[in-house]
Amino acid sequence: MKILVTVKEVATVEDEFEIEGTEIADQYLGADLNEWDDYAVEEAVQLQEAGVADEVVTVTIGPEDCEQTIRQALAKGADRAVRVWDDSLEGVDLLDVNAKTEILSAVVEEEDPDLVLTGVQAGDDSFGATGVSLAEEIGYQWGAVVNHLEHEFDGDVASVRRELEGGVEELTDIELPAALTIQTGINEPRYASLRGIRQAQRKELDVKSLADLGVDESAVDSDLELTDMYEPESESDVTVWEGSADETAAELGELLRDKGVAP
Amino acid sequence: MSDVLAVTDHRRGDLRDVSYEIITAGRQLADDTGGDLHLAVISGPVDDFAEKLNREGVDAIHTVSHGEEFNHDVYTQTITQLYDELAPQYILTPNSVNGLDYAPAVANELGLPVVTDTIGLSVNGETLTATREMYGGKVETTNELEGDAVVTIRGAEWPTADGTGDAVIEAFDAEIDEDAVGSTVNGFEEVGGGDVDISEADVLVSVGRGIEEEDNLELIHDLADALDATVSSSRPIVDNGWLPKNRQVGQSGKVVTPDVYIAIGISGAVQHVAGMKGSDTIVAINTDPNAPIMDIADYAIHDDLFDVVPALTDQFQ
Ligand SMILES: Cc1cc2nc3c(=O)[nH]c(=O)nc-3n(C[C@H](O)[C@H](O)[C@H](O)COP(=O)(O)OP(=O)(O)OC[C@H]3O[C@@H](n4cnc5c(N)ncnc54)[C@H](O)[C@@H]3O)c2cc1C
Repeated sequence: MKILVTVKEVATVEDEFEIEGTEIADQYLGADLNEWDDYAVEEAVQLQEAGVADEVVTVTIGPEDCEQTIRQALAKGADRAVRVWDDSLEGVDLLDVNAKTEILSAVVEEEDPDLVLTGVQAGDDSFGATGVSLAEEIGYQWGAVVNHLEHEFDGDVASVRRELEGGVEELTDIELPAALTIQTGINEPRYASLRGIRQAQRKELDVKSLADLGVDESAVDSDLELTDMYEPESESDVTVWEGSADETAAELGELLRDKGVAP
Repeated sequence: MSDVLAVTDHRRGDLRDVSYEIITAGRQLADDTGGDLHLAVISGPVDDFAEKLNREGVDAIHTVSHGEEFNHDVYTQTITQLYDELAPQYILTPNSVNGLDYAPAVANELGLPVVTDTIGLSVNGETLTATREMYGGKVETTNELEGDAVVTIRGAEWPTADGTGDAVIEAFDAEIDEDAVGSTVNGFEEVGGGDVDISEADVLVSVGRGIEEEDNLELIHDLADALDATVSSSRPIVDNGWLPKNRQVGQSGKVVTPDVYIAIGISGAVQHVAGMKGSDTIVAINTDPNAPIMDIADYAIHDDLFDVVPALTDQFQ
């Protein structure tokens, strides 16, 4: 079985930040592998270790800067990586679900995996829609918010649990080929070993342009346009206790006694 | 056209709250577009559901009796057929786990843009303006799109609709292609049971990723012991295996309403807040004064938990 894992470098934001136009100013941004993708990579690598998968390939849409982040997945055991980038993607501040679907589906068609694993959502823009949209586009079956995947496949069927609201899990069989969106907690993502990190530097990382994939440049024109970004207006009437830790702890202690809930 | 088609959510015989909220959101959109509000009720006891959903503002309810429980293929096929039949401007669905299992597929199949997890919506002519959050609630954005679209709405953002409506209730004859149904739901399982029921606690000492390491949890247990309180947590703590599932507060964990909820190193992501916003008094201990948890906290300490928590424990020993 061949597995394709979509991975994304997400922006992380410092506690204090400033907004410039429709973006957070660069100096307040950090970068990390998307939390949900980390679990998707781990699941794929575990399937490979169990002898179920014979190849794990990652795919990302991102500039050269993100290669270090993407190599984390290679260091954890993915075999090779594809990175899609194009001049036409430069400076695009929002790539909507349709645009990602069109680009990623071209990679899926080239790679022809049996299973596509994506994260449930990206921690920055949190659309939570690309995996299912992609599945529909390429004619795969799918399952959203999967928090358990049976490693023994019954023929061409994946047995999964979908995590619904309120502590209820849905037990579902999904025919392959399929795309599953992976929820945190499905496994315990490993830390890359030093050896893994060294090996990752030598693993294949293919860079493809839209033309290489036969995707028209118009694919990057999102239907959705980001028109404003602002800090949410706080409706809160929170009482903030100031002072040293001892002082603030004393305030809280008093509150608990007032409420009659502390001994 | 200018109509709105809103899809309702149910599970194991019960409509979920968001089904009544989506009536409010849908009515508001339909008022903006000057069109009708249609509801789709798919699978389960649809006639009973339709009766309950016939609230003020609903113009038509389309029932599709096919199976008992949610199946994304059935939903996707039905909704695309309803779109062809009714030609609405917007398809509105809940941003629930199941909503995310069909809304993107419906959008892609119909070649429509999709915007998810919206918290505010307005329409001006052909232009939809959707408000949503980014970076775990640190910022809000407005997003515009032209023409027809699929839109998912966040739960508990719109009030539930009430009153009695005079909607036309009709069975819609969807043609379900069984060969195209590629997934089968075999059942459900409740998880997170066990010895402790955090929803019964009067005081919850709740810990999040700010605790950094498993060993540091001792600070939290010490505080809970001193206060005779119960320990709960946000999701990452349970994902890491540091606490059992029955301690998780939030959308996929437990809903709790203690007298006092002390959120320690928890940012207040929407899925967490869904499980604790009904608490009587909320106290947040967080180094980030802008953390979203501050929006719902009654009291806050903007300081390092590693200083505040031991100081608090000391007072009760
Ligand atoms: C489908 C779905 C379902 C989900 N269900 C749930 C759910 O049921 N429950 C849930 O909780 N989450 C759920 N989540 C995850 C949710 O989106 C967040 O990722 C999660 O709640 C974040 O947990 P956190 O606040 O502990 O961590 P973070 O968001 O990382 O926040 C850590 C906080 O600690 C603060 N901090 C750091 N160091 C210190 C210090 N020394 N002193 C004081 N403060 C400090 C930081 O300022 C920050 O605010 C779900 C997500 C999805 C997609």
